Order: sequence, then structure tokens, then C-alpha cells
Amino acid sequence: MAKVIDLDDVAVNEAEARSRYRWRIKVCSSTACDASGAGPAYRAVEQRVEEQGLEHDVQVVPTGCMGLCSAGPLVRTEPRGGQPTLFQEVNERVGADIVERHVKGREDLAEHQLDEGLPFFTRQERVVLSNAGRIDPERLEDYVAEGGYRALVSALRMRPRGLIETIEASGLRGRGGAGYPTAKKWGMLHDAVADEKYVVANGDEGDPGAFMDRAVMEDDPHRVLEGVTLAAYATGASKAFLYVRAEYPRAIKRLEQAIRTAKRQRLLGRNILGSDFSLDVEIRTGAGAFVCGEETALLASIEGQRGQPRMRPPYPTERGLYGRPTMINNVETLANLPDIVRRGPEWFRRMGTEVSPGTKVFALAGSLRHTGLIEVPMGLTLGEIIEEIGGGCPDGRAFKAAQTGGPSGGCVPASFRDLPVDFESLRQAGSIMGSGGLIAMDEGVSMPEVARFYMDFSQDESCGKCTPCRVGTLEMHRLLERICAGEGSHRDLELLEQLSRTVRETSLCGLGQSAPNPVASTLEHFRDEYLALLRDEPVGVAHG
Amino acid sequence: MAAPATDRRAQQDAHPSGDERFALLDKALKRARFEQDQLVELLHTAQEVFGHLSDDVLIYLARQLRLPPSRVLGVASFYHLFTFEPPGDHICTVCMGTACYVKGAEDVVRETSEAFDVPAGETTDDGRLTLWTARCVGSCGLAPVVVFDGTVLAKQTPQDLIAHVRELLAAEDAAAEEEAG
Ligand SMILES: Cc1cc2nc3c(=O)[nH]c(=O)nc-3n(C[C@H](O)[C@H](O)[C@H](O)COP(=O)(O)O)c2cc1C
Ligand code: SF4
Ligand code: FES
Ligand code: FES
Repeated sequence: MAKVIDLDDVAVNEAEARSRYRWRIKVCSSTACDASGAGPAYRAVEQRVEEQGLEHDVQVVPTGCMGLCSAGPLVRTEPRGGQPTLFQEVNERVGADIVERHVKGREDLAEHQLDEGLPFFTRQERVVLSNAGRIDPERLEDYVAEGGYRALVSALRMRPRGLIETIEASGLRGRGGAGYPTAKKWGMLHDAVADEKYVVANGDEGDPGAFMDRAVMEDDPHRVLEGVTLAAYATGASKAFLYVRAEYPRAIKRLEQAIRTAKRQRLLGRNILGSDFSLDVEIRTGAGAFVCGEETALLASIEGQRGQPRMRPPYPTERGLYGRPTMINNVETLANLPDIVRRGPEWFRRMGTEVSPGTKVFALAGSLRHTGLIEVPMGLTLGEIIEEIGGGCPDGRAFKAAQTGGPSGGCVPASFRDLPVDFESLRQAGSIMGSGGLIAMDEGVSMPEVARFYMDFSQDESCGKCTPCRVGTLEMHRLLERICAGEGSHRDLELLEQLSRTVRETSLCGLGQSAPNPVASTLEHFRDEYLALLRDEPVGVAHG
Repeated sequence: MAAPATDRRAQQDAHPSGDERFALLDKALKRARFEQDQLVELLHTAQEVFGHLSDDVLIYLARQLRLPPSRVLGVASFYHLFTFEPPGDHICTVCMGTACYVKGAEDVVRETSEAFDVPAGETTDDGRLTLWTARCVGSCGLAPVVVFDGTVLAKQTPQDLIAHVRELLAAEDAAAEEEAG
């Protein structure tokens, strides 16, 4: 059997190897930067390094998403012992200049610099994303050098119960949307008795307009694996599944590779790190069905069936995959675990709020000057996120509303700029935290149109198992189409509100239960816009 | 030399057409140890290999996994990513996720659809262009986003996209003409 990896050795060797270079040039090679030309930029950098004979001085590192995708491709230079510099919109020519004029010629290239003193960077607190954009995700050594797998080492010295208590003390809540206390779910699986128990990482990320979990899986795959292993150890699971949506081929490839590497180093598989604990990990891919993010549907999909939800109870922790106790955790939830274990629950609690400790990753998009991927302490206000981090709407447009929670969430109007962004506050404002999509809309966007867009999504994604959802969402969509086309009546609006209640109260799973949310929240905050679209006068109003 | 049981099964039931692509599917079947719960994974492989899921392929999978064909079709038709028609020479996928939607993706779909006379979700009559929509391809910061033959195109206006596709098709026509003499 392979020798147990000595993590400190790996870290020391890695530090030594790095110290041989005078410069490291990190090139964001993630999806968005790729789309804006990071590939040619990377090759230009590499080629110039070679041409200038700098291979022994300069290390070129491909990284995951650095965050500010809208300014990409991004490149960061880090001189040994000196100040790093971030460059934006790096094309081939700028890439060549970075090597020849900045690294070699010591020029500032100020016109291409991106100020890391921007609130976009300084207001963030990166835990889950601490390595994203900083390390080469394909190298285990990079993760280990940043403290990776140390949590696993210390956890294996604890009793599983002790590990659950640590997570309980941290107050960690599920990042998949509902904010359920993670330790509580762990306790249930821990207490369940069966010959085999399972842990499932939910990387289905169905919210159309969000890519937080993709970034974590692609940019720091070992963090996800360490998180899954911690969860399995705490709960007594011997097998884990990573359910990843098929639209994320790069995440799947990275995870597969990370699993192979981790197994070789006995960080996964049989007798992890020489202990009695063994864990087998398998990847399963989704196939483009939003409802498969729902836990019972997800389990059906892993079993090779149509991804349709079923009634709960029994909860998966009692009867899950193949009839055995199973626990589902979101990818971001799992990615929080290594740092909580390594740095302690008190450290974690210092971030965020009393009831929502820690941070949250958001995919910031829409009408903003700065868009991309951010991680902020819970409880930061909506205004701070939109105006400071996002830089407000471009071209002097007025910010109108923020959409959170995707098709299960709602729109929070601009007047709520002081609303702390945490689980409870968002719910009170008529939306939900969701998994982390945050889309800013400006005055040019019509709110009934947004509601129609989401209802179109929900009716299309309804699995059809229960009537209120299947028929109700279809009917709501039809009414919204009528209203948006200026053909709706007051009666239609009334019907829409009635249907909202019925669908919410009588649907079987979360998809149907929350599908009316975008309608309800836009009606609550932007009713005037609906009324302005109606073709008739309200019934019973006398005309003067 | 005795082949393992699963090997023999694959050989016995090898597709009679002799189409080599079935050999690739067989390899995946073997890797999945013919387990029925691997159906979704195997459908992915089949679609990758064949481009789409024909009846022939679905029935083949059903037989190899010892599942009723109706079950295989039922599962395949449940998931949006599986397609039963062969796509065109070029695939143009317009992201219709929220970030792209609020930045005008709907116009991109509509105008492209009109320009090439192809409804969203379908292929042009000449089989050269397929127009699909997707939900968030993960580059929301660059909205509206289009994926054309696997390449992500950022910040697309309808005009950008239509020009891009026209150019490409024209270049192909020119090349074909040259070849023809
Ligand atoms: C329709 C629907 C879609 C969902 N999609 C996701 C998803 O994409 N990712 C996710 O982690 N959770 C999703 N959930 C929530 C999961 O069912 C589950 O609560 C979550 O994965 C639990 O993990 P957590 O406790 O770590 O948050 C969805 C729920 C519903 C009802
Ligand atoms: S609520 Fe909708 S998605 Fe959920 S089970 Fe019923 S029909 Fe399916
Ligand atoms: S992909 Fe490069 S910054 Fe996000
Ligand atoms: S919504 Fe289009 S890329 Fe995310």
C-alpha cells in the first residue's frame, strides 16, 4: 500500500520550489476569462518568458476565477517579497508587455493595472474562495501549501461526535438555499443505523444565472473533496457521491483528476492517512433538470431514474439512496468545513451575523460596473454589495432591484439598500438567499417581465408529478404573458394571486412551493407596474 | 484465455451493424459494470459518441442493461440535455439565464431565429445550423453570452452574432465552391 503522505513535507518542498522563482505570473484561466481571450494571453506570456530566457526566474501559473470577470482576462504578477500587481483586459500584446516591460523592464504599465484597493476586492472576505484565482487547481501541492488537508488530519484524531460538535459550535448553515443547520443534519445521519450510509455533495447548481459552486469545484477541487471526507467521517458514511451538473465539464474533469490524485496519496479511498476510516467517492452527472437539485429528485437521478421528487418524510437521512440513510450537503457548505476545522469555530463566528455566521459566495451579475464572483461576510447590506462592491449601475442608470434566489426567490427593491443580506432578512423582504445568484436590475427592466421570465422557467422545469405545480405554473405563465402583452385584466391579476397561493400551498416539492415567489415579490414591491399594464379599469371604481 | 463474464456479454451482444462507435459505448458499459443505476451516465456517453440518441442506440442500451426500452426512453426524455434529433453542422447556443436575459438575450434569440429562419430548439432545413438555448453557461459577467460550436462568445448583440454566423457560413460556401472547381 502507498505510503501515507507527509503534508508538511509537501508544503516545505512546494515553498522551496517557489522560492527559486523571482516572479510568479498568475493567469486567470477560468470560463469567463477564457471567453474574453485568456488562452492567447496565457500563451503570449509563456512564449515571452521563454524567448527572454526567463524560465528559471518566472513561473507562469494558470489559476481559477480571480473574481472580477467583467474586467478579464486578468493577470496577477507576484514578485518574490514584493508588491503584487493585478492587470486587466490582458490580450496577447499586454501579456507580452507584462513579461518584457513590467517583469523585465520594471515598468508600471499603469494603464493596464486594476487597483486591488477597489471596494470590489477590499470588502470581500474569502474563505470558500480563498484559493480560487490564487492556486493552480490541478495541483495537489498547491492546495497543501495553503494548508489543505490539515483539517482532515486533525479530524481523524477526533471522535466523529466531536467533529459534529465543532461544526455545531460554528453555527454553519447550509448554503444550498434553505440555511438548515449543518450539524443537525450530520447528527441525524450519524445516529442512523445501517450497513452502509452515504453522503452526497449537491453540485447541481440549477439557478440560471449563478455559478458559485462551479467556481469552487473547478478552482479548488481538493477543498470540496476534503469537505466531503470530513462530512463522511463525522457521519459514518463509507461512500460519497458528487452530483455535478453536466453543463460543467471542466468541474467534472477537475474533480475526477483530484480524486485520482487524492487516492494515490491516501487522502481518499481505503484507510485514509493510515487510519481505520475509508471513503469511496464517485461522480455522477446531472442532465439538465432543475428539479434534480431537490434532494429526493437528486437521489432518484443518481439511481438512474427520472429525477422526480417524492414525499418527505421519510427524509433522506432515514431512507435515501438505495433505501439507505443519506445526507445531502451543498458544495459551498462542504467547502467551508476545512477552514472551520482548521481554524476553529470561534474564528468562523467572527464573520457574519449571530444567526448567520460566516460568509456567502455570490455570483454578481446584471446591470453593474463590476460583475463576477464575490464572497462577503453575511449581513453586509444590499447597498454595500450593489453600490460599493458592484460599483453601481453603469452609464448613470438608476438601480431598481436585486434578484436573489433565482426562480425560487424574489426581487428586493432599491429602497431596501440597508437590508442585511442574510437568510432571515432576505426572507422578510419577500425573497430568499438561495444558492447565491445576485442579479442587479436597473430602471430599464420591467418587473412583470422578470416574473414572466421565471415562471416560464418554472413551468418548463416542473417535473409534472403533481397537478398544482404542473398545471398551476403553466396557467400562471399564461396569465403573465397576457399581462405583459398589455392584454390582461384586473380579473387576471386576481386569478394570478389566487393561483400563487394554491401552487405554494399544495405542491409536493420545493420547486412548486417556491415557484410563485418571483410573482409574489414583484407584486408586493412593484404592483404599480402590473396595474399600469392592465387593459381595463378596476371593477367597482366609479369614474368621475 | 477466458474473458471475464461482462466481456463475453459485450461481445455476444455487440451491435450487428459493426458501427465502431458502439465499441466506444461498450467500453463505457463495461466500465459501468452494466449497472442499471449508471443509465444517466451511459446516456451521456452515448450522446457524446453519436451526437444524439437514436432509437437504435436507446434500444441497444436497454438490452445491454437488461432494462425495458420504455424505461430507458422515459429516463432519457426526462432530462433536457438529451436530444433525439441529430443537430446541424454548427450549434449556436444562446444563454437564456437570468443575467443574460436582463441584458437582452431574448432579442438575440429572436433576431437570430428570424435571420436564419429557424425556431429556437431546432435545426435549419439545410441542416447547417442548430439554434439552442441554455440556462447559464457560467460566464454571467460577460452577458449576453453565446456558445458557438463550443466557443464562448462574450457580450453578444443580435447583430454581432448574426454577422458572425453569416461570415462563417459564407466562408464555408466559398471553400466548397473552390473545391468544386
Ligand atoms: C427545486 C429545487 C432545486 C434545488 N437546487 C439546488 C441546487 O442546485 N444546489 C443545492 O445545493 N441545493 C439545491 N436545492 C436544495 C437541496 O434540496 C438541499 O436542500 C441542499 O442541497 C442541502 O444542502 P445544504 O444543507 O448544505 O444547503 C434545491 C431545492 C429545490 C426544491
Ligand atoms: S412541485 Fe412541481 S417539480 Fe415538485 S414534484 Fe410537483 S410537479 Fe414535480
Ligand atoms: S474568470 Fe477570470 S476573473 Fe472570473
Ligand atoms: S446567465 Fe448567461 S452566462 Fe450566466
